[in-house]
Amino acid sequence: MAEILYAIFVGPFRDMAGSPAFLVEVLLGGLFTGLMYSLVALGFVLIFKASGVFNFAQGVMVLFAALTLVGLMERGMPVAAALLITMAVMVALAFLIERVVLRPLVNQEAIILFMATIGLNFFLEGFGELLWGANVKKLDVGIPDRSFMMAGVQINQLEMSAAATAAVLVGVLAVFFQRTRIGRALRAVADDHEAALSIGIPLKTIWVIVWSVAGLVAIVAGIMWGAKSGVQFSLSLVALKALPVLILGGFTSVPGAIVGGLIVGVGEKLGEVYWGPLVGGAIENWFAYVVALVFLLFRPQGLFGEKIIERV
Amino acid sequence: MSTAPPGPLLQVEAVSVRFGALLALSAVSLSIHRGDILAIIGPNGAGKTTLLNVISGFYHPHEGRILFEGRDRTRLSPPDVAALGVARTFQNVALFKGMSVLDNLMTGRLLKMGGHFLLDALWWGPAKRQELANRAFVERVIDFLEIQSIRKTPAGKLPYGLQKRVELGRALAAEPKLLLLDEPMAGMNVEEKEDMSRFILDVNGEFGTTIALIEHDMGVVMDITDRVVVLDYGRKIADGPPEQVRKDPVVLDAYLGASHG
Repeated sequence: MAEILYAIFVGPFRDMAGSPAFLVEVLLGGLFTGLMYSLVALGFVLIFKASGVFNFAQGVMVLFAALTLVGLMERGMPVAAALLITMAVMVALAFLIERVVLRPLVNQEAIILFMATIGLNFFLEGFGELLWGANVKKLDVGIPDRSFMMAGVQINQLEMSAAATAAVLVGVLAVFFQRTRIGRALRAVADDHEAALSIGIPLKTIWVIVWSVAGLVAIVAGIMWGAKSGVQFSLSLVALKALPVLILGGFTSVPGAIVGGLIVGVGEKLGEVYWGPLVGGAIENWFAYVVALVFLLFRPQGLFGEKIIERV
Repeated sequence: MSTAPPGPLLQVEAVSVRFGALLALSAVSLSIHRGDILAIIGPNGAGKTTLLNVISGFYHPHEGRILFEGRDRTRLSPPDVAALGVARTFQNVALFKGMSVLDNLMTGRLLKMGGHFLLDALWWGPAKRQELANRAFVERVIDFLEIQSIRKTPAGKLPYGLQKRVELGRALAAEPKLLLLDEPMAGMNVEEKEDMSRFILDVNGEFGTTIALIEHDMGVVMDITDRVVVLDYGRKIADGPPEQVRKDPVVLDAYLGASHG
């Protein structure tokens, strides 16, 4: 008995203290993975805040963006040009989604819009593979996947640049939504479509903006993940990990999406490396969901979500 | 205002609206004059809310025209109508329930914030000044409606009567030329109705805002309005000062048809 308790509560921490450089490496790895989750979750939050739509297709948007980028580069286009075109494609996609999916369904129940995004999910998945093929592709954006040593810690150059890019992106978004009037308009649209229209908020413009931003975030996420593990269908499954992140951070909170992603990323890596051997591994696969379950039970609005107000 | 063009603020010309086989409005014409309080009354299903929705751009008429300040505005979208200076409230209260009362009123001023919203991010100074100016105006509305004590309360938590008042506040925050109120006193007790009547009269008196409202309480209608339009089965059956409309046999018939036999 004492041995088991020791293995759970003392052993792992002794291991951590014993090799701090390795611990930092694990933490960095976790932060990088977490950042990925954050980016996908961020796309969810933006769309959910602005339109009350739970966008099931966010993960596929990541895949679609990465596929488009790789597809263009495979055809000999330089990185910068391919990136610009991919951005244009994602913005065009936002216009198209507003026109074809959202506008006809205005004022419908949330569940109907959700179903529509499931349709969108299948469409984008099929369309992406139709255009660019279904085999695994290598994404090389010109940043070498090399590591260097710093203070005894191995640091991956690709992961670091990706993290820096993501941080800049998040900063820009924060400024955009907080300093501009659009932040308040977004919340208004999320709350009540009719009322938002009546005070002069053009719903269509807001939707195109948030879906475009979600598309751009998807590109960044797609590049990060694609450069690490290749562009393939499983990319869209990252979205499944974004779900517990949303539950943790709160569906309506941008900082929540970021912090939630990082917590999940770091938590599952630490769990896997230090506690994994005790249970034969694979902690990484279920850690996020267990955390989400605990949150659903005790704090359903998440860490930063708005309190759920229900008038009875 | 000396610069205001002559003629009525809003003209509805022979407007018809159809929902499938149902003719919700049938060639309805009316004018709303500057500075007036106009009541639109009629039995349930007469087309009152439809008329309000047509004026505010939520529905577009199948026939007829809407003129605002003399210009044809028939096919504008709701945000465009709002930009012209038309604010409205809804029958079932459409507040931003998760936001505080203050934030609800601030959203009412979105249209009053000049410049392009993307530029807000680049020039912090002007945006900040604007925010303060708008905040000052909203505080005036809050004082006016006597809702100081609930300014931080989430709108969704307020009792119904106060929600209606906040919704009026959000409309006022936009400094509208024309204010459309869909049953502003529905579901209120006598005291709340008196308060609301007073606010409506004060808005009209102090700011000169033109108001069109739908109301069922005939006592209120007779007390506060300058003119009454009566709808029945989508047609206009009377239009005139309240004391005249009250005695109109056609109106009495529409309202009390059963007892008249």
